Amino acid sequence: MPLLMPLMVGALLFALGVYGVLARRNAILVLMAVELMLNAVNLNLVAFDVYLRDGLLAGQVFTLFVITIAAAEIGLGLAIVLLVFRNRATVELDGLTDLRETDPPTALPVTADEQAVAT
Amino acid sequence: MLFALLGVVAVGSGVLVVTTRHLVHAALWLVLTLGAVAGCFLLLSAEFVAWVQVLIYVGAVVVLLLFGLMLTRAPIGASDELDSSRGQQVAAAVTAAAVAGVLVASLVDSFRGARIDLSGDHVAGSARQAGEAIFGSWVLPFEVLSLLLLAALVGAIVLSRRDISPDPVPLDTRSGD
Amino acid sequence: MTPVYVAVLAPFLAAVAGFFTGGRRPRTAVPVAVSGAAVALLAVLWPAAQAVTAGATGRYGDSAHLASVPTGTLPIGVDLRVDGLAALVAVAVGVVALAVQVYSVAYLKGDPRYSSYAAFVSLFTAAMMLVVFADDLLVLLVGWEVMGVCSYFLIGHHWEQPDAQRSAVKAFVVTRLGDVGFLFGIFTLGVAAGSFRISHAVGEAGRLSEHTVTVATLLLLCGVVGKSAQFPLHVWLPDAMAGPTPISALIHAATMVAAGIYLVARLYPVFLAAPVTLAVMAVIACVTMLGAALAALAQDDIKRVLAYSTVSQLAYMLAALAVGSATAAVFHLLTHAAFKALLFLAAGSVIHAVGTNLLRDMGGLRKAMPVTFATMTVGLAALTGLPPFSGYFSKEAVLGAAEEAALHEGPVASWAAWLVLVVGLLTIAVTAAYVTRLWLMTFFDAPRSGIAVHESSPAMRWPLVVLAVPAALLGFAGLGHGWLPHWLSLDERVPGGITPLDPAFPARPLHIGAVTSVLSIVLALGGFAAVLAVWRRAPSRDPSLRLQRLRPALEEAFWVDDLYDRLFVRPVRLAARSVRWTDDGVIGAAVAGSGTEATRVAGLLRRAQAGNVQTYLTGLLAGVVLLAVGVVTLT
Repeated sequence: MPLLMPLMVGALLFALGVYGVLARRNAILVLMAVELMLNAVNLNLVAFDVYLRDGLLAGQVFTLFVITIAAAEIGLGLAIVLLVFRNRATVELDGLTDLRETDPPTALPVTADEQAVAT
Repeated sequence: MLFALLGVVAVGSGVLVVTTRHLVHAALWLVLTLGAVAGCFLLLSAEFVAWVQVLIYVGAVVVLLLFGLMLTRAPIGASDELDSSRGQQVAAAVTAAAVAGVLVASLVDSFRGARIDLSGDHVAGSARQAGEAIFGSWVLPFEVLSLLLLAALVGAIVLSRRDISPDPVPLDTRSGD
Repeated sequence: MTPVYVAVLAPFLAAVAGFFTGGRRPRTAVPVAVSGAAVALLAVLWPAAQAVTAGATGRYGDSAHLASVPTGTLPIGVDLRVDGLAALVAVAVGVVALAVQVYSVAYLKGDPRYSSYAAFVSLFTAAMMLVVFADDLLVLLVGWEVMGVCSYFLIGHHWEQPDAQRSAVKAFVVTRLGDVGFLFGIFTLGVAAGSFRISHAVGEAGRLSEHTVTVATLLLLCGVVGKSAQFPLHVWLPDAMAGPTPISALIHAATMVAAGIYLVARLYPVFLAAPVTLAVMAVIACVTMLGAALAALAQDDIKRVLAYSTVSQLAYMLAALAVGSATAAVFHLLTHAAFKALLFLAAGSVIHAVGTNLLRDMGGLRKAMPVTFATMTVGLAALTGLPPFSGYFSKEAVLGAAEEAALHEGPVASWAAWLVLVVGLLTIAVTAAYVTRLWLMTFFDAPRSGIAVHESSPAMRWPLVVLAVPAALLGFAGLGHGWLPHWLSLDERVPGGITPLDPAFPARPLHIGAVTSVLSIVLALGGFAAVLAVWRRAPSRDPSLRLQRLRPALEEAFWVDDLYDRLFVRPVRLAARSVRWTDDGVIGAAVAGSGTEATRVAGLLRRAQAGNVQTYLTGLLAGVVLLAVGVVTLT
């Protein structure tokens, strides 16, 4: 079997994962796209392991590890998504823009605290 | 040939995962992709990895994702709210295409003509061999990983339980428990 | 040498004390300032007496080398030197400075800035003393420039008046213009002679090439023309009248303007080695002499009349130097110091009493101010050059030197000597005319102002009386058989090689010719009679009005100021405006433009900070891909 075959599948899956991460608005769908990328990596690891006939089975063992870590990741990721949903009632990523650059204030705004201090 | 077929299935359903307008469908297409990848593992003689893939990914992860969908009150049926803005989609498509182009080009350039030899007696993916490798050479990373899993478990619980808040609740309010 | 140190340091210390304590203790300002000048005068009397006693036998001279400043090439020496010339000029400086200080006590009574004014006068005196006693060109330059700064502050004493501000700046800038040439002249001479020491440069004068000497002396002449207010750079002096009257006396009589003449006398052997420079000096002197006298004829401000007369008289000194008699020049310098100081202080007394500078508002002061009248008459007679008074002898000495240079052989071309002689005689007539006009309009006829005029206070009166004595009698010092030349012991003639500072070198007696004497007296009387005749017809009218269409030209001093305005001031203003436009429109716009452009571009960048994680990640991944492509293709 040509080595390129699994590699191509892996590359395409990875690119699909990139697209999904960048283009999906729903946080859970983004997590799914991340899974796609992880799987692409797994495929590569296994393919190279077999290709190189590694005595320590490093590729396959790493794949197992990655699967484990992916499980942990998805668990934590979903917990974070749930927390966001609970706080904001939304899981849409482009709504979470608290860190955006706001327009520069033309004059220094007087906040309520400062007014309280002034009076 | 079988591998090519599985690859087409994996990639095709992957495309559907990232493009479908039904949330639940996306999860189900993901099942198909992961299953196809598991089949690929099998064809690459990584027998144990393939079963773990099926068990953990298809079995656990996707179920978890479906739970997540349910808990976040995901819309049922087609929805236009799943994708980002049109500009962001175009940018994502271009970036993804560029990633794919770079990967494919560099891989083709490097491994043109290389073949995986699956004939003969070298089959190194059975449960026995994988178990020997993990508990032989890789036992230390394995143990570290178990710690990581524990930490992730604790973290997930802390994050998702409502009654454990990041702010310490004053003692007197809890004294009634 | 001790008296010399005292003479320089006493006014300097008085100035320092005045600056530091004057503001807090105004009462000490008067004794400090007056005692500084008095100590300086007493100190210079000693070397002067020595010079006078040594004059009969030989030369008096003493020098001190205080320090040497290594510069890498020619060292700068802090050298002082006292000889007959320095001692006598120093006495004149001391007397005038003391008189001015005493007089100012009364004149500036109640002025809130008196203490700083007195300190500046002290500093001025110290600087002049330094110029007089310096034996190093650069030390001399220090005094020279300090004087320039002090003159700026003193002329601008009434800085609230825009007039005073403008005149102060004008005086400063115009003299500085000459000083640029002066500085380069010092360099040229010092490098050529191998030392900045004046006595050394004088000794080397004969051995230098004529080109070098001509260039150096012409450059030095720039500074002299600026400081002594000669023709192209004379414009600052009449305007300097905006300062208080005692300052005019100080600047005009003994210090600032005299410094230029003194410098030429000090470096006289060097100038003698450059006939071209002497000819240029003669021409400048003639133009200035007659032009200033004519301008004085039509001025309405009494101080401006005196200012133009100063310019004219300084031209006499320069003319004497040009025709080869430094002794005559210094003689005229001394007598002029006496009578011009007297005239200014007397004019100040008149102005103080009448409250105006304008001649047409004066008149009839003869009875009200007898002391002022008498002393001023003495001063005016000396200025005209009437026989018993000092001006006559010194002016005759100048004319005699010119006659000698014209008829016999002199250091300058004979046409220049003839020019000096003819213009000098003509100027005497004009001088007599404007002096008569001033005298008549101030003191005769009926009073034209309604103010009750009375004589000035004693502090202002006494300096007048004291100064009237030398103004009247100083001339006789030149009469005695070679007294003054011996006292001054200047190096005048160059028979073969130069033997400067040679004690045995014979001093040349002053020459007073019979023909020139008679001619000048006749001309002076002619000028006097002409004005008197005009005046008698209408005593209340300004005699200069008879000049009719010529008068505006004279009143505006031949429009030299307007000419400079067109030639220099306006082009410079234009250039300044264009520079400002360039600054605003090009440089400023570029700066402001770069700022706004940066803000605009930053605004574009700000768009990217939308807070959307996906946008960031897109950029990040695109960047990674680009880097990967770059690495692959470039390696």
